[in-house]
Amino acid sequence: MVWVFVQEANGAADPVALELLTKARTLGSVTALYLGEANDSVFAQLGDYGAANVIHLTGAGNSLPAAATASAIAALATEHNPALILFGSTYIGRDVAGRLSVRLDRPVVSNAVDVALEDGSALITNEIFGGTKIIKTAITASSPALVIARPKAFAAEPGGGGAPHVTEAGLPDVGHAGSATITDRHTETASGPKLEEAEIVVSGGRGLGSAEKYELVESLAAKLRAATGATRAIVDAGWVPYAKQVGQTGKTVKPKIYIACGISGAMQHLVGMKDSDTIIAINKDPEAPIFDVADLGIVGDVHNVVPKLIEAL
Amino acid sequence: MNIVVCVKQIPDPANPYSLDPETHLLIRPDEQVLDDTDRYGVEVGLQLAAQTEGTVTLVSMGPAGNMQGIRQALAMGADKAIMIDDADLKGSGALTTAKILAAAIQRSGFDLVLAGTESTDGYTGVVPQQIAELLDVPALTFAKQVSVDASTVTINQQTANGYNVVTSELPAVISVTAGVVEPRYPTFKGIMAAKSKPVENYTASDLGVSDTDPGQAIISVDEATERKAGTKIEDEGEAHLRIIEKLQELKVI
Ligand SMILES: Cc1cc2nc3c(=O)[nH]c(=O)nc-3n(C[C@H](O)[C@H](O)[C@H](O)COP(=O)(O)OP(=O)(O)OC[C@H]3O[C@@H](n4cnc5c(N)ncnc54)[C@H](O)[C@@H]3O)c2cc1C
Ligand SMILES: Cc1cc2nc3c(=O)[nH]c(=O)nc-3n(C[C@H](O)[C@H](O)[C@H](O)COP(=O)(O)OP(=O)(O)OC[C@H]3O[C@@H](n4cnc5c(N)ncnc54)[C@H](O)[C@@H]3O)c2cc1C
Repeated sequence: MVWVFVQEANGAADPVALELLTKARTLGSVTALYLGEANDSVFAQLGDYGAANVIHLTGAGNSLPAAATASAIAALATEHNPALILFGSTYIGRDVAGRLSVRLDRPVVSNAVDVALEDGSALITNEIFGGTKIIKTAITASSPALVIARPKAFAAEPGGGGAPHVTEAGLPDVGHAGSATITDRHTETASGPKLEEAEIVVSGGRGLGSAEKYELVESLAAKLRAATGATRAIVDAGWVPYAKQVGQTGKTVKPKIYIACGISGAMQHLVGMKDSDTIIAINKDPEAPIFDVADLGIVGDVHNVVPKLIEAL
Repeated sequence: MNIVVCVKQIPDPANPYSLDPETHLLIRPDEQVLDDTDRYGVEVGLQLAAQTEGTVTLVSMGPAGNMQGIRQALAMGADKAIMIDDADLKGSGALTTAKILAAAIQRSGFDLVLAGTESTDGYTGVVPQQIAELLDVPALTFAKQVSVDASTVTINQQTANGYNVVTSELPAVISVTAGVVEPRYPTFKGIMAAKSKPVENYTASDLGVSDTDPGQAIISVDEATERKAGTKIEDEGEAHLRIIEKLQELKVI
């Protein structure tokens, strides 16, 4: 029995959960633990991707839900003893998995890119050192194994499953630990294609020189109907919002084409984009590590190459 | 306010990391550095301490080495440090780490615990949440802004497409993102003062943590099939045409 934690994102299941369900249904019978607002079409989608059962966790309201959610899942896991509980590497996924590991006194393996069950015990694959080494970790503690998987580790595909059996579980009161509240929500409006879903991504780094020059990335992206991305260096510098960050602590993208403008290619950036089909890089330093993964590398100044490229398109 | 900041010493990321071929553990040289990620927690701690006439205590688990990383955080202005260096803890997973840190924090007393969102070397990204659960307090995670008044703390919490304002009564754990504040550089005075600041040393058994089995074992380490570098050309004014060619070849234009 495999459980998958699913969080609501804008009224539906978070996309990473659909990836996890696709994987989970190859490992055994799947129960989705769904946190958030839902309706029959949401449940039908979970069924389509492989969930035979859904446990709908309700009553989070405006509280930060992780502590109560971990408590609820711990109680359910003690009762049903699943072999594996899978989480996506999202904010709430990490918050719940961390707290749950304490509740159950079980280890949690993070940043997984694959998971298997062999004789009921979990075997987890990780890519470390910027994806240059592949390690396999066996869980020696008793079940359930707690695993946090990277987004895009598995391709989401509907499996044609029917409507799942849905039960409801209210979140318990966990006292002070569950008392933090969300008092306000701010959504940054993004335009253009979504970074995680776009076929082409154009990203910029510190080599652009200034916040104003990110416009080069935006114009090029507009011509190619691409999404725009960024390195953490320019997110931290406040040039662009965090939602655009690609890499270990940002989004994982796997587009057909990734165009890196003025990006050095740090390990933490590469893990978020190195599985793109084709990588094109423009950097003035011929030794920049981004060239080690680029199918086409242009040693040149972004301020010369990119405007000409936009002009020619 | 009694502020505890979790700080980790890591091998200098400027040099490539490697695993011990036998134990599969990260090789940690004697000279480790303060994880850059944790400078943000230290800075937030110092600012909140200044505002509340509080103190900043560092807590760290791992091989002490020459303590260069901890001294760096003390030189920024932290008051004292608690170091847990114990051979029995070699190869600890995140949960054991959290148990040790939580026990040390419990012992020192706390109103607020600060940590990074994920470390640079292990980046499991769950230790702060585990500490919070062990201490039975809220975890306000992924903070990109932090403020406190008498008994409450408020953060702007990073979300996938913006941020939420989250508030909680103290005590609490907060994990801070890089960029939350601009960490200060130690001054010469700070570096000198750091040499005589108190450092308490504990072992796992001092802290009452006996089960240090990580519950997981690395069973194989393999080279990934490396993505091969393709063509690299020098721009002499016409390189954009090569990109156009490539885009045509891929049939996107
Ligand atoms: C725990 C942790 C997590 C991290 N997570 C992420 C993450 O998720 N995503 C991420 O991106 N980073 C992440 N980082 C940061 C990462 O290590 C790098 O610092 C960052 O990716 C560098 O960004 P950059 O390439 O824009 O800047 P730099 O490394 O400064 O590179 C700028 C590049 O631009 C080139 N350049 C300069 N001028 C020009 C010009 N005129 N024309 C062309 N090229 C030019 C330079 O040659 C250089 O190669 C993380 C770091 C840590 C420690
Ligand atoms: C490549 C690699 C992969 C690993 N994967 C796993 C795994 O999947 N599961 C697992 O259980 N262990 C794993 N480990 C071991 C784990 O990294 C260590 O147990 C580590 O001490 C705690 O985890 P972290 O650094 O990943 O913490 P994170 O949760 O990433 O760290 C977040 C913050 O917690 C605080 N913190 C973390 N560790 C310490 C410390 N020792 N002292 C003081 N403050 C600290 C810091 O403020 C830090 O910024 C891995 C180690 C390596 C090298």
